[in-house]
Amino acid sequence: MIPELGQFSLILGLCLALLLSVVPMVGAYNGNQLWVDYARPLSKGVFAFLSFSLLCLGWAFLSNDFSVVYVANGSNTNLPWYFKISAIWGGHEGSLLLWVWIQAVWTLAVALKSKTLPHDIVGRVLGVMGMITVGFLLFILFTSNPFDRFLPGFPAEGADLNPLLQDFGLIVHPPTLYMGYVGLSVAFSFAIAALLSGRLDAAWARWSRPWTTVAWAFLTIGIALGSWWAYYELGWGGWWFWDPVENASLLPWLVATALIHSLAVSEKRGVFKSWTVLLAIAAFSLSLLGTFLVRSGVLTSVHAFATDPQRGMFILGMLIVVIGGSLLLYALRAGSVKSDSSFGLLSRESLLLVNNVLLTVACAMVLIGTLYPLVMDALNLGKISVGPPYFNALFVPLMSIMAVFLGIATVSRWKHTSVSMLVSQLWLSAVAAVVAGLVTLWLYGGVLEWWAGLALVLAYWILFTGMRDIYNRVRHRRNLWQGMRQQSRSFYGMILAHIGVAIMIVGVAMVTVFEEQTDMRMAPGDRMTFRDYTFIFDGTREVQGPNYISDMGRVRVLYQGEPYTEMFPEKRLYTARGMVMTQVALQPGLFRDLYIALGEQLEPESGAWAVRLQYKPFVRWIWLGAIFMTVGGVLAAADPRYRRQARRDAEMAKV
Amino acid sequence: MNAARKKRLYIVLSILLGTSAAVGLTAYALSQNINLFYSPSQIAEGEAPANTRIRAGGMVVEGSISRDPGTLKVRFDITDYAHTATVQYNGILPDLFREGQGIVAQGSLDQNGMLIATEVLAKHDENYMPKEVADALVKAGKMPDYNWQQSAEGEGKGGGYGQGYGQGNNQNQGYGQ
Repeated sequence: MIPELGQFSLILGLCLALLLSVVPMVGAYNGNQLWVDYARPLSKGVFAFLSFSLLCLGWAFLSNDFSVVYVANGSNTNLPWYFKISAIWGGHEGSLLLWVWIQAVWTLAVALKSKTLPHDIVGRVLGVMGMITVGFLLFILFTSNPFDRFLPGFPAEGADLNPLLQDFGLIVHPPTLYMGYVGLSVAFSFAIAALLSGRLDAAWARWSRPWTTVAWAFLTIGIALGSWWAYYELGWGGWWFWDPVENASLLPWLVATALIHSLAVSEKRGVFKSWTVLLAIAAFSLSLLGTFLVRSGVLTSVHAFATDPQRGMFILGMLIVVIGGSLLLYALRAGSVKSDSSFGLLSRESLLLVNNVLLTVACAMVLIGTLYPLVMDALNLGKISVGPPYFNALFVPLMSIMAVFLGIATVSRWKHTSVSMLVSQLWLSAVAAVVAGLVTLWLYGGVLEWWAGLALVLAYWILFTGMRDIYNRVRHRRNLWQGMRQQSRSFYGMILAHIGVAIMIVGVAMVTVFEEQTDMRMAPGDRMTFRDYTFIFDGTREVQGPNYISDMGRVRVLYQGEPYTEMFPEKRLYTARGMVMTQVALQPGLFRDLYIALGEQLEPESGAWAVRLQYKPFVRWIWLGAIFMTVGGVLAAADPRYRRQARRDAEMAKV
Repeated sequence: MNAARKKRLYIVLSILLGTSAAVGLTAYALSQNINLFYSPSQIAEGEAPANTRIRAGGMVVEGSISRDPGTLKVRFDITDYAHTATVQYNGILPDLFREGQGIVAQGSLDQNGMLIATEVLAKHDENYMPKEVADALVKAGKMPDYNWQQSAEGEGKGGGYGQGYGQGNNQNQGYGQ
């Protein structure tokens, strides 16, 4: 009964979303205030029905209702309750339901937080978001219904959630990532609304900015969580694999990063407006593409697409409507957009343009590398794979150039910046960065490693130019403290996010250059030394878990010859699926991780195992950098300036 | 030429230069890093080049796994049921590596036609066969009565998470979402 209620609620949600996507739009077109004002209550209605639907699916999982196909495939009575909840988004159907529910959350947030915006804009924005909701709900109801039943007979026990997914990472990673993906639909809707109304001005950029920044922050932390999860869950110690699934989330992130910078220029200077709109359209289109690349099965096999043509055609159709429709609208309207001001060849505007170009090029290059094998396969031109060296060879130089420009742009001025001013501002930071970078490298490794040296210099460069920027802003104040307090939240958000970039650069370079790893055969008593750490393997014993049996190894770790800690890597056999899983033993630290994974048992008589030992310096800095960026983004979006200014814009619009 | 036009010309030129450099680099990097897939039959017929990084896949032949005592060196045969090829690998095999299971190995062929693998991949799902392997079996006309299309469909629908590869070295490959 409950699953039917869930499905019914989904259909009602669809009806309201249909109204939402038509009524306020027509109202805004005809100038009918009453119709426009239906947008808010309709948004609340969509949210209420979709929430109820999601709760119904959650209830089906918690009550072990295996008559529901989706529950039977992804749950089991022995599964702990929190994994039953996260199993809601463990598969295709449920994750789409989560996607569309999050869309409803963002729609509701816009409806509640847009009191100061002109009515017709709100109506149009909510209308566009309603259209996206309709598309996804139709997709769910026609091709991927999570409430489908096994009738008349159904299994007594579920097939269990994939053990890989029985983890904290799965509880938090998909929802945050989807918050980011879907949040970009707000930026998209604002852009479409602006194109429709013909009001593509600084006020529009200001309204859209905090939403975009928050979505970007969610996307950042979502990707970082995925990377962290892969690192400890898969047992190979990698933190980024250039896997198509990962690339699918990186693509919208790169464009969204370009977008938040370009929005800043549009707001402050009134230029780049049509480019900003194009980025907003691209960012959301790529997040749609990402969702579908991952969810359609096209990555597993191009032929999986063909075995389920209905789903495939729907996806293609929706991509064509969204991308084609918005680009058509853009082509019709963007031509009339005029820039409000001009800028010099060397200015903050042009430096931010460099940032945008670099990010877009990086995005295009990742997109080519990701789609190329799919296209080749679909055209029967052979089966190929594009390896990480391709991505590294292009991505690393592009990002290094970007780090250099980041520092220059930080101290540059709007409109026009002279070379002599830049030199006088930057020479000290440049010298200090080179010295500090090389000294740090020497103190840490004592060896001249090119890439690590370059990365450290770039990281210090970003840090020092940021400090220079703060100094410039406070030196004319009466005292430092007061000067610091007078800076806006968005300024500190920016500085924090840029420091996050520096931290991430350090993490990526140090772990790549200085990591040590070995796969070896270890019998009880065997030892291995990395740097100051010695690992002694003590053998394994059998341990019984709730839904698995485990061979748990014990490894004693000595630090400079003294007992330091004990680590317990495991090899688990999950009984429901008969699936073997590696459980990594980790000793995390700010400057290094110790990482042990068990391979397979080589000889039962001697108790020898294949063991992977890894020493990973600074690996935590990768995710620490992402946390800094996220906090920076949230801080910038929370700047009270947006609310004050929005009120003023709204009054202007009324006049 | 007035200043505004000159500026625009500079911008257009730099964008043009930048994109052509990017396109050139991308094309070059792509051509250097494409790994072609070969089936055991193709290897047996000498279609696969030696000393070039390739991917090969097939079902692990029952009873063909032999280990070198004292090290991690392992040797096994893969087959598409028409021909077999031998793979040698030094390292930890993925969790799902098993006799009778479909795998993909990445590496290069030596003079004797043995694949020296740097990486061995197996899918994280019991029922799943890597798509290259499945296609190779279909081509060789030796597809077992196991219906892979149905399985792939099931993957598409129910899968998503955990579709990724488990793998046999530190460099590559991912995880579901």
